[in-house]
Amino acid sequence: MTANTPEGGALHDLTLAEARQRLLDGDLTSRSLTQAHLDRIAQTEPSVGAFITVTADEALEQADAADALIASGDIPSPLTGLPIALKDVLMTQGTRTTAGSRMLDSLIPPYDATVVSRLRAAGAVSLGKTNMDEFAMGSSTEHSAWHPTSNPWDLERVPGGSSGGSAAAVAARQCLGSLGSDTGGSIRQPASFCGVVGLKPTYGRVSRYGLIAFASSLDQIGPFTRTVEDAALLLQEIAGPDPLDSTCYDVPVPDFMGQIERGLDGLRIAAPQEFFSDGMDDDVAEAMETALELLASNGAEIDRTPRMPSLPMALPVYYILAPSECSANLARFDGVKYGYGARGGESMWSDMEATRGHGFGREVKRRILLGAYALSAGYYDAYYLQAQKVRTLIRREFDRVFAEHDLIVAPTAPTVAFKRGAITDPYQMYLNDIFTIPANIAGLPAISVPGGFGADGMPVGLQLVGPRLDEATVLQVASAYERLAGWSTAPDG
Amino acid sequence: MSNSAEPSTFSSDQVRRLASLVRIDLTPEEVEEFRTELASILSHIDALSEIDTDGVPPTNNGADLLNVQAVDASRPALPRDTVLANAPQREDEYFRVHAVLDQS
Repeated sequence: MTANTPEGGALHDLTLAEARQRLLDGDLTSRSLTQAHLDRIAQTEPSVGAFITVTADEALEQADAADALIASGDIPSPLTGLPIALKDVLMTQGTRTTAGSRMLDSLIPPYDATVVSRLRAAGAVSLGKTNMDEFAMGSSTEHSAWHPTSNPWDLERVPGGSSGGSAAAVAARQCLGSLGSDTGGSIRQPASFCGVVGLKPTYGRVSRYGLIAFASSLDQIGPFTRTVEDAALLLQEIAGPDPLDSTCYDVPVPDFMGQIERGLDGLRIAAPQEFFSDGMDDDVAEAMETALELLASNGAEIDRTPRMPSLPMALPVYYILAPSECSANLARFDGVKYGYGARGGESMWSDMEATRGHGFGREVKRRILLGAYALSAGYYDAYYLQAQKVRTLIRREFDRVFAEHDLIVAPTAPTVAFKRGAITDPYQMYLNDIFTIPANIAGLPAISVPGGFGADGMPVGLQLVGPRLDEATVLQVASAYERLAGWSTAPDG
Repeated sequence: MSNSAEPSTFSSDQVRRLASLVRIDLTPEEVEEFRTELASILSHIDALSEIDTDGVPPTNNGADLLNVQAVDASRPALPRDTVLANAPQREDEYFRVHAVLDQS
């Protein structure tokens, strides 16, 4: 049985903004809203597999507290009573956090990530922890130590990754929104594959404290939602300076809803040639062409002349920098302080080697080895230092484009979602992120919004990249496009 | 150019040496797989060495922030028992591991 709204639609079909209004109007309780989503999870999880841990009891307790707050007449917080989900790479006090790895099969964090404590303070109800590629390394959520996640649009296909569980949960309407993390596209590519909105904020806009680190100069946390407005509502609560993360900008957070309805008039949008070249499937190219025409015929100026000659180097730069940083970050998993720890070897070192040999999956080991190689004596200058210098060139090319344009438009991913097991070569898998990695390299805000459909009716994502700290313009254009295009975000109608 | 990398081939010994540097046990099958896969990945990455970066400074930070300083004040730390609760093995107030130093 499905709980319904007064108008007869299912409660799990509400957007975050709609549900929020109903709660404030008093014609809906957080308990019924939360129960509706828990029912939806129970109904769809056997086929989708978006969650690692569902915290139903805690969610209903939080819902009751939210209802009591609203009934008391106190002014509720912005997200009071709204059920959301969290990628299992975010530390949640008292709730198991695995990062999709056997290494952390038993970790019960003693503290919350800053984004988690901010969502709690804003009144959100957490339904649980979502599935992911182990330690956020992957593009298909097939590299979870627990189980793969299916794409709600076609259960034989992957949801993308690494935040595939957070994307699939929103697409399957198991929650009103979710958080993921994006190091090279891990929010935007799964958003594209699952036909939902996924936003990677500017590096430094959102605190990374309590995010289990993969590549610290690239990682950033952001929301998944079914509308751009909902993404703005979630970003509003998680953004802002944090004394616990020194890489967070100490600048005021604008009102992201403030300019979201301003439209496209007078905006100059660049479509650099390198973002529309090799590697894109024909169906994605067609969807992009239609999207560009729609933007151009509704007030935006689309400029296809900019060149970014270093852009093809973004992928090689990423596959030096990210593995190098991961090889250092993942040194902390030694089987001594928390998580899985092998015992019974001859020495502390053999226990440690057994812990890491058994605790890490194949993709994680591959990247740690690659990073150790790039950082090792004799190769440091040729690989790591050279990659950092080319990173500078890529950042400069973005700066040049943004000197004359408000935004960059690009495809999110070169293909629609592929079948589970279809890609076995590591480098072929890495190519999924060819259009998303540049924004991480340059630390820029970028969103994927539903941009039509490609082969077999699978969703295509449209990516918008903005200047540093200008999420507001990214959201404004994404919202304008969303209203003009009107694509469905519901897999089953 | 001075910073071109070695051709991308790996010996099994090289893979085993890297694995020992990062303290990861590998099965013989894994050594063989990683030998091929790492060489293949690096063959795609080697194009980086073709880029002229003379006089270009490295970017080592995702944001353009420099010298961020924390307030020099103490704040409460987690209680010892809370921290030790996640240890695979503990003894009293300590993490328990094999003896590291020679016991003789």
